[in-house]
Amino acid sequence: MSESLTPNLVLDLKGLLCPMPIVKISQAIKQVAVGGVIQATATDPGVLADVPAWTKSTGHELVKMEREGKVITFWVKRTK
Amino acid sequence: MNTEAKKCSIVVFSGDMDKVMAAFIIATTAAASGIETSMFFTFWGLKAIQKGNLTGQGLFGRMIGLLNRGGINVIGPSRFNFGGIGRWMFKKMMKDKGVVSLAELRQTALDLGVKLQACQMSMDVMEIARKDLIDEVTDVVGAAAYVAEANQAGITLFV
Repeated sequence: MSESLTPNLVLDLKGLLCPMPIVKISQAIKQVAVGGVIQATATDPGVLADVPAWTKSTGHELVKMEREGKVITFWVKRTK
Repeated sequence: MNTEAKKCSIVVFSGDMDKVMAAFIIATTAAASGIETSMFFTFWGLKAIQKGNLTGQGLFGRMIGLLNRGGINVIGPSRFNFGGIGRWMFKKMMKDKGVVSLAELRQTALDLGVKLQACQMSMDVMEIARKDLIDEVTDVVGAAAYVAEANQAGITLFV
């Protein structure tokens, strides 16, 4: 598990509100190779719904998402 | 998983700050989701893609240009504008909470490849010339161009 979650890119989205977390992820995903993983941290609770919706639209994979207090961390894998 | 390549096509009829903001938020999100997105600015909506200079040649045209001045930074909210106080208040509240400004959002849309189209007929009626619009406007078109675009779109919105 730890191997697949080793990020190729770390993204800080803290403080950003809709639609910027999604905009930033969409730009960042192009910077990793197919199979690469982005680890992102955000504080906007909107990402809890929006990141799964974005992966559904784009076909990328939401590997994991967790919330600790106000900080939400998630891992997205580029699939294509 | 939806990998169908569908388009998103938004008509921006309103020139109100809040409505234009909603349109740009959806447009940027659609583009960020890999969906080819275009926005068709008509009537009051043209204000969102005007440079902000005074416009018009005839008496009425110049009057509209003065009373209905365009520019993304001067448009006010659809409610609680109170002669510009509301605009200031909303801008301050959005900034304090970390929401990007309308101008940044428009730039983000352009960076993501969103096409900005202007309505020729509205421009003719309101005496707004191509040079009064920001350079980034993709093209000036008619309703048929919008219909052709919308016909291929899975998301069509009228704001």
